[in-house]
Amino acid sequence: MSGIAYKYGDNVDTDVIIPARHLSTQDPKELASHCMEDIDKDFPKKVKPGDVIAAGKNFGCGSSREHAPIAILASGVSCVIASSFARIFYRNSINIGLPIMECQEASEKIKAGDEIEADFSTGKIKNLTTGETYQAEPFPQSILELIEAGGLVNRTKKRGAIIR
Amino acid sequence: MGMTMTQKILAAHAGLGSVKAGQLIEAKLDLVMGNDITAPVAIREFEKLGCDVFDKKKVALVPDHFTPNKDIKSAENSAVLRRFAKEHEIENYFELGEAGIEHCLLPEKGLVLPGDAVIGADSHTCTYGALGAFSTGVGSTDMACAMAEGSLWFKVPGAIKFVLTGKPGKWIGGKDVMLHIIGLITVDGALYESMEFTGSGVASLPMDDRFSMANMAIEAGAKNAIFPVDELTIEYVKDRAKRPWTAFEADPDAQYRKEITIDLSKIKPTVSFPHLPDNTRTVDEIGFEPIDQVVIGSCTNGRITDLRAAAAIMRGKKVAKGVRVIVLPGTPDIYLQAAQEGLIEDFVKAGAVFSVPTCGPCLGGHMGVLAKGERALSTTNRNFVGRMGHPESEVFLCGPAVAAASAIAGRITAPEGWGEVEAL
Repeated sequence: MSGIAYKYGDNVDTDVIIPARHLSTQDPKELASHCMEDIDKDFPKKVKPGDVIAAGKNFGCGSSREHAPIAILASGVSCVIASSFARIFYRNSINIGLPIMECQEASEKIKAGDEIEADFSTGKIKNLTTGETYQAEPFPQSILELIEAGGLVNRTKKRGAIIR
Repeated sequence: MGMTMTQKILAAHAGLGSVKAGQLIEAKLDLVMGNDITAPVAIREFEKLGCDVFDKKKVALVPDHFTPNKDIKSAENSAVLRRFAKEHEIENYFELGEAGIEHCLLPEKGLVLPGDAVIGADSHTCTYGALGAFSTGVGSTDMACAMAEGSLWFKVPGAIKFVLTGKPGKWIGGKDVMLHIIGLITVDGALYESMEFTGSGVASLPMDDRFSMANMAIEAGAKNAIFPVDELTIEYVKDRAKRPWTAFEADPDAQYRKEITIDLSKIKPTVSFPHLPDNTRTVDEIGFEPIDQVVIGSCTNGRITDLRAAAAIMRGKKVAKGVRVIVLPGTPDIYLQAAQEGLIEDFVKAGAVFSVPTCGPCLGGHMGVLAKGERALSTTNRNFVGRMGHPESEVFLCGPAVAAASAIAGRITAPEGWGEVEAL
């Protein structure tokens, strides 16, 4: 699947991904309708399934609100590419199944509007506009297992035996 | 190879003799916490698992963000917590009247103790590092699975060692120290790492200052912050603890990525300008910066010593015309103490309002949301775009002394005599 890149800078925080005034709801569609609105008011209207977010360092910093990756996922975004992620956002994305890729080169070279094809399983990111290919950092084995299990809740279910 | 204090706590909770930075482990938890924003999502995920909570005593639910409920939706979120707490007989569910800001409340109730491993579905869960515990913020799904299993996966963090020396001058608090540090290392300067505080200067920081500092570790991207367990820690926990606890110490040969020495006597009143906590300036670098609103409170600075400092500065004075001042105590006990000490009278006579304990305005929830173009000076922890209201409003962060002095002056300033060496 390929999509158009939305480009943002460093330190995109969870307050701009989904402002706290919308946190009374947990409905993914409603959250998506306000995603990124404080720094890019047209994002919720323009974004299409398969589009990607490309940003700088420390993406998702700030609050632990899982509403942030939920809002991005429900927007139809197929992948968030950044040079680094804030740690709670990283965990939340893996846990709920929002594909994220850490890639310095892609973060620097992708421009707004580029057509991007990202393969989460191999870490290959193709820029169909420029013809460039970037390679994201691989996930550690146990994180890969978590992703393959379909997120943390599914893995916990599959493990069955509750650790006491 | 030696372990840091955090690594030793994690090793003990993972049942391992030793761990090293980068290792993925499963650690048992002493407490799992959530609030009225994050727990409803966690409960939804938890109910997919179809099991009971791992331990009714080790789950804490604190409705504190949009409480007393600000609208129908937030009331329904609180109702989800209330129902869940009843169904699962959660011992540490705090109803309005008992509830306070989670990170002020749980240490006060003795629910977090030195050596614990704690997670909370709130990023400022790192606050409890002040007690010498490992504590970190996670999301709702992590909370859900932790409520089921009593354990969670962690990547063992490396650490930056902060050696504190000297003693802070007059009107300088933990918040100034931490804003200084965040300005120094930036908002991702400790990404995925522990911030381990040590050195002779720790002894000069009261517990409330340590809570303020550990609270903002997330603002440097850190996984956690941690302070050594000393006489002040023991004094704080001795009458609160209802179970045994352990003081861990870093090994002498523990590995740190970096060591930074901070001379507390050189710290000046520090303010973070919009829109990132690392955009700091000391008070002597600040020109004329008028403000519309001052907020004193939050999980960062809503404790009794914070209120005492602010009240001492505002006592007998009047808030500047055109400035609105909101003071929020962290918990019912802090509220009561402020009443008994006459602090509420000081605030109200000066022209401030004294609120019930709530996170309220910190995240633009209620009790002081900003209009377009307004500027707030706040003892809270984040000054991101739109954090306290309109996306075109601005937030400046500071400690309670600067907030109080500025409320009187109507512009950002520090109290007279700041930095003076106080007589013993």
